[in-house]
Amino acid sequence: MPQWLFAFLAALAIIGALGAILQRNLVHCVLGFALVLIDLGVLYMGLGAVTVGFLQIIVYVGAIMVLFLFVIWLLNIQADTGVRGGASLGLKLIGALAAAALAAELFVIFSHAPKLREVRTIAPSFGSVATLARVLFTRYLIAFETTSLLLLAAIVGAVALARRLAGQSAAVAAIPPRPGMRAPESRREVA
Amino acid sequence: MSHITLSAINFAWLPILPLAAVAAGAMAIMLIGPGVEDEDSAGLGILALITLLAAMVFAIFTLGENSLAFGGSLATDDYAAFFEIVILIATALTVAMSLDYVADEGMAGAEFYSLILFAAFGMMLMAAAGDLIIVFIGLETMSLAVYALAGFLRRDPRSNEAALKYFILGAFSTGFLLYGIALIYGATGSIGLAPIRAALNDRAAQNPLLLLGLGMMLIGFGFKVAAVPFHMWTPDAYEGAPTPVTAFMAVGVKLAAFAGFMRVFMANLGPVSAQWTMVLWAIAALTMTVGNFAALVQQNLKRMLAYSAIAHAGYLLVGMAATPRAMAGGAMLYYLVGYAFTNLGAFAVVIALERKGAGGATLSDFRGLSRSRPGLALAMTLFMLSLMGVPPLAGFVGKFYVFSAALSAHLVWLVIIAALNSAVSVYYYARVIVVMYAQEEAAAPPRLAAHPGLVVSVIAAVAGTILVGLYPQPWLSAANSAYASALGRPAARVASLR
Repeated sequence: MPQWLFAFLAALAIIGALGAILQRNLVHCVLGFALVLIDLGVLYMGLGAVTVGFLQIIVYVGAIMVLFLFVIWLLNIQADTGVRGGASLGLKLIGALAAAALAAELFVIFSHAPKLREVRTIAPSFGSVATLARVLFTRYLIAFETTSLLLLAAIVGAVALARRLAGQSAAVAAIPPRPGMRAPESRREVA
Repeated sequence: MSHITLSAINFAWLPILPLAAVAAGAMAIMLIGPGVEDEDSAGLGILALITLLAAMVFAIFTLGENSLAFGGSLATDDYAAFFEIVILIATALTVAMSLDYVADEGMAGAEFYSLILFAAFGMMLMAAAGDLIIVFIGLETMSLAVYALAGFLRRDPRSNEAALKYFILGAFSTGFLLYGIALIYGATGSIGLAPIRAALNDRAAQNPLLLLGLGMMLIGFGFKVAAVPFHMWTPDAYEGAPTPVTAFMAVGVKLAAFAGFMRVFMANLGPVSAQWTMVLWAIAALTMTVGNFAALVQQNLKRMLAYSAIAHAGYLLVGMAATPRAMAGGAMLYYLVGYAFTNLGAFAVVIALERKGAGGATLSDFRGLSRSRPGLALAMTLFMLSLMGVPPLAGFVGKFYVFSAALSAHLVWLVIIAALNSAVSVYYYARVIVVMYAQEEAAAPPRLAAHPGLVVSVIAAVAGTILVGLYPQPWLSAANSAYASALGRPAARVASLR
């Protein structure tokens, strides 16, 4: 990977991270965070770790980001809730502590890391898709197959619990909207 | 590009046959289900029973085998077969007692039975696990299915609460377990149980990563077996869940959780048992005491049996605290068999007596049962006596073996605490018997009292409770050789240790 591309991607990651914490609209924050994660994925690919790069994008952007958006949507968090001004002292303290812990961790890792010229390059097959697939379908075949059954069980359970019951729309309307929460359109109509 | 051959996979039919049968049954019911009305779901239940029977035959075939397949992922030994058979019996009894309940409550039958089978699949996977990944996948498959099953009474807020509480706390505990697995992988460099045991030595026992991993896994399993202080979800989840599901949680989930717990800790982390038996000592003492004292004040039978299940987890943990003793494992396996029959029977009686939408039977529903339904009253008396630990029933013999294993490991104080707790438990179990025999009849008749599925499961549970107690020897020797196979030792060696 050329030096300039690395610098560009690194700068982009920092811009995305700043966007994630400085914007007022929570959805924009999540999008900023997604930018960081995609950017890191591209960086990994550029450094030769193609599998890790794709996994990063699939797992983090595909699954975790969607979870974030789900939570925002489920809790019906509005844009501009004044979180920035209103964060309590306790939250700020916890945030500062977590940041300090991460900084200390990074310091320890980098101070123990071997010098750049001592780093040995590894075989290109290490961590490649082919290697991963081979391990997944030999040593971990049972784990792989049973995981698909696990997901199937989860889907059956979710469908069973989410299936519409007879006369359910009336039951949903009977739940009063929580105070301070804007009622969704469908509920307001019925009410 | 070379191809992957079957020998590279270390493929073997025998260990996966019982598992595959149950999984295939679950999928078949799922596919047939949409064509079946919810009122006619009992047919799907029968299909589930046939599946379980077939799986049981396959599991019996695997008895006497002793091998690792699929690169060490699956263990085919008597330990796996023993647990698979007991889990399949427990699942079959659960299905039998659900047949009328599911149709009567208008629950989605296809999803219900296929989830029960998926849960059974996960449980069996835990029992047959050869590495920590399989332990985890088995636990998750079982848990996800049971979370959903707990919420199957969709219109009942208690059932919704039960499902949500069980799901959130369960997911949290799974996180602990997974983190523990990762740390143990980091400390020992392998994920297979046998290589982990081989890597444990005195130096490894001092490794903080390993100790942290042990603690995390202890928390994860503690949640699943409902040990104090990780038991908070138990009473609410047990009370709110549909009663057959409660029975499944109290017996099936507990069997599987102990199968995984014992295989990981007793059989394979045994070399460092000095690091964790003291913690288990405290957890066992707490679990027995909290479970029994909380059970004293319960009016709802489902809640009472929930606390009783906590107390029994405590008695079983007494056996785990005696880990270096090989006889402790066999005694616990035997105890679990008796516990399974007795508890399933007690829950079947509760199903027979509870009123629709009442969320379980209360003590007053048992008034005068000896006159209105003498057979049911007699069966319930038997189950209560067995749970108390009255000879010669299964509950007594199990306690006797577990406590004597603990005594041989010099855990005198723990056994004293356990004996005192058993004395306390007499009060709340005996209260049920007194209400049935000494009080006037309840006004309304029970709804499901004479349905064939329930009758069959009560009779089977009575037979199990008596047979396992009266003729302990074949069961105990099967339990001992099963545990010996998990230790990778021939049975004779364990017999000489006794």
